[in-house]
Amino acid sequence: MNKLLEETGKEKLLDMYRKMVTIRQFEDKLYLLFLQNELPGSVYLSQGQEATAVGIISALNEDDYIMATHRCDGEVIAKGIDLKAMMAEEYGKVTGICKGKGSWHFADVSKNILPSNGIIGAGIPHAAGAALACKLKKNGRVAVSFFGDGGASTGPFHEGMNLAALWKAPAIFVCVNNQYAATTSVKIHMSIENVADRAVAYGFPGIVVDGNDVLKVYETAVEAVKRARAGEGPTLIECKTYRRGGHSRSDAGKYRPKEEVEEWLARDPIPHFEKVLTEAGMLNEDIKKKIAEEVAQRIDEAVEFARESESPSPESTLTDVFEEVKHA
Amino acid sequence: MPKEMFIVDAIRETLRQEMQRDENVVLLGCDIGTKGGPGGAFTVTLGLAEEFGHERVIDTPISELGFIGAAIGAAMAGLKPVADVQYSDFLYCAMDQIANQMAKMRYMSAGQWKVPMVLRAPVGVTSRGAQHAQCPEGLFMDIPGIKIAVPSTAYDAMGLLRTAIRGNDPVMFFEHKRLYGQKGRPDAGEFFVSSQIPDEDFTVPFGQAVIRREGNDVTIIGKQLTVHEAVAAAAELEKEGISCEVIDPRTLVPFDETTLLNSVAKTGRLVIVDEGTLTGGWSSDVAAIVAEKGVQYLDAPVRRVTAPDTPAPFAPNMREFYVPGQLKIMEAVRGLM
Repeated sequence: MNKLLEETGKEKLLDMYRKMVTIRQFEDKLYLLFLQNELPGSVYLSQGQEATAVGIISALNEDDYIMATHRCDGEVIAKGIDLKAMMAEEYGKVTGICKGKGSWHFADVSKNILPSNGIIGAGIPHAAGAALACKLKKNGRVAVSFFGDGGASTGPFHEGMNLAALWKAPAIFVCVNNQYAATTSVKIHMSIENVADRAVAYGFPGIVVDGNDVLKVYETAVEAVKRARAGEGPTLIECKTYRRGGHSRSDAGKYRPKEEVEEWLARDPIPHFEKVLTEAGMLNEDIKKKIAEEVAQRIDEAVEFARESESPSPESTLTDVFEEVKHA
Repeated sequence: MPKEMFIVDAIRETLRQEMQRDENVVLLGCDIGTKGGPGGAFTVTLGLAEEFGHERVIDTPISELGFIGAAIGAAMAGLKPVADVQYSDFLYCAMDQIANQMAKMRYMSAGQWKVPMVLRAPVGVTSRGAQHAQCPEGLFMDIPGIKIAVPSTAYDAMGLLRTAIRGNDPVMFFEHKRLYGQKGRPDAGEFFVSSQIPDEDFTVPFGQAVIRREGNDVTIIGKQLTVHEAVAAAAELEKEGISCEVIDPRTLVPFDETTLLNSVAKTGRLVIVDEGTLTGGWSSDVAAIVAEKGVQYLDAPVRRVTAPDTPAPFAPNMREFYVPGQLKIMEAVRGLM
C-alpha cells in the first residue's frame, strides 16, 4: 500500500469514494428527471469530474470557504450539503436549500458554501476577498474558488489572482479544465496548453494535475492548503478532466470528436479509484454494492422529499432582497 | 463640543470612528493610503493608513472589478469593507460584481449570506470630460438589492455612513465632488457645505427624507448638489412671491414616498431636479410615483430639470449649459405658476 493511502486511512478514503458515487448518482438522477420533464430550469452536469471536487474538498476543513460555478453539484455535495434540500431546490420547492430562489446556485451558510455563481469567473475575486478576511481575522481558514477552463479567460480571473497574490491571502484557485467552455474547445479559446502556467504572472505556484485521479488531486490540494494556512499565499491548481455529457440539458455534446470522447470515457475517475481501493484491500464487490445501494436510497429519498414538498408562496418573491422584509 | 465640519471631514471622521469601533471595518481602493499621498482622489482617507495601518487601509491596484469583487467575498466572510472608487464613472468597470454579485448574494441564497459592504463613489458634473464627471446613481436604482445614499450635508454624510457601515446590506454611497469642501481642489462655483456635528453617536436612518425649506406653492425635490441649488432658487423665488418647499430624499433606495406625496398634496406642483441625465433616471421614477399615487394633488404638470441625454461635456460654458443649476430651477418653477 502506498504512503498516501496509508496516511489518509480507510475511513476517509471510503468516504471520498462514497462522495464520488453520490455525485455521479445524483447527477444521473437529475438528468433522468429532466428528460422526464419533471424539473423546471436547467442542469449543468459534471459527470466525469467527480475526482476534482472530492479531491480538493477532502483536503479542507468544514469551516473553510468554497465557491463554485453553475456546474457545482460535485463541489457542494463534497462539502456536505444536505441532499434533500439540494434536490428540493432543483424542484423549486420551499424546502430547497435556497427556498426556490437559487436553482443551481447552491449556497449553504452552515457549510461555508458561498453562492455558486452563474457568471463565469465572477467568484474568483470573491475567493481573494474571503481569503483576505480569513487572514485579517486570523481564523486559520482558507477560501477555495472553483471555475472552469472558460473562466480562465475572464477579467475576474486576472484581477482576483493578482489581488490574492498581493495580499498573500489563503486562497486556492481550482481550474476544473473539462476541455470545453460550453461548446468551445480549449484548443480554440486558449493559446497555451495549461491554465496553470498563468500563475507565474502572479508569482505563486500553478500546478497541473490529473483531474481524474482523486488521490493526485487530493495530494496536490493538501500541499496548497498547507501553504495557504502557513501564510505563504495562493496556489492555482489546474485539474485536467472531462465533462462526460454536454454543456446543459439541451446539449448532447455532439461537436466533440468521437475518439476524444472515447478516450476520456475510458478514463472514468470512479472505476479508477475503485481499482486503487480494491488493490489496497479496502474495497470489494460487496462493499461497492452496499455503498451504491445506500447512495441510491438516499437519492430516492431526496427525490421523494422534493416531490412532496410545498412550492414557495408567490409572495415570498419579495423577501430576502434586504435584511428588512421589504421597502416601500 | 459640537464641531463644524465639511462633508470631506465628516466622512473621514466617520471612517475613523467606525474603524475604531469595529475591527472588521477595512478600507479598499486606489491611492487611499499612499504614504505622503493625498488620501484618495479627494483626501477623504487622509491619515487613516497612518492610524490603522496598511492591513486595514488597503491600497489596491487599478482593479475595480477585482477589489469590489474581493470586498463582496470579504463581506460574506465576516469583514465590513468600505471600497472606494475614485470616480463613480469607474463603477462601470465592476458592473457585474455590483449588479450580479453584490446585489444578489442575499437573494440567491434566500438570506443565508449577507454582503455588508459600502461602495463609496464620488459623483458630480465637473469640467473633467465625459468619463470623470457623471452622476450615475439613478442607474443603480434599477438593480434590486442595493441601498443608495446621497448625502447633501456633512451631518447626513456622517449619519448615513454610520447606518451604512453598521447595516447588513450593500450600500452605494454617492458623494458629490463639489460638496466635499476639501482644501486644495477648488472648482468654480464650489459649495462649501458645513454642518455642526454633535459629539454623540447619532445615525441617520435610510428612507427618511428631510424638508430643507418649507413652502406652499411648489415642491422641489433634488439630491446632493441640486438640493443646494434648489434652496438658493427658493430664496430668490420668495422675493417674487413664490413659496417653494425643498425636499432632500437623502437615500434613493429606500425612497421616502410619504414625505414627497405629503408635500405635493400641499403644494400641487412638483419640480424634480437631477444632475443625472433625463431618460430612465431617478427623475423618471419620482415622476412615476407621483403619477401613480399623487396625480389628484397636481394643479400643473410635473416638471423635470435634469442634465440632457448627452455625455457630460468639458468646456466650462458647456458644463453650465448642461447642469441643472439655480436659474434653470427658477425658470421651471415660474413656468408652473
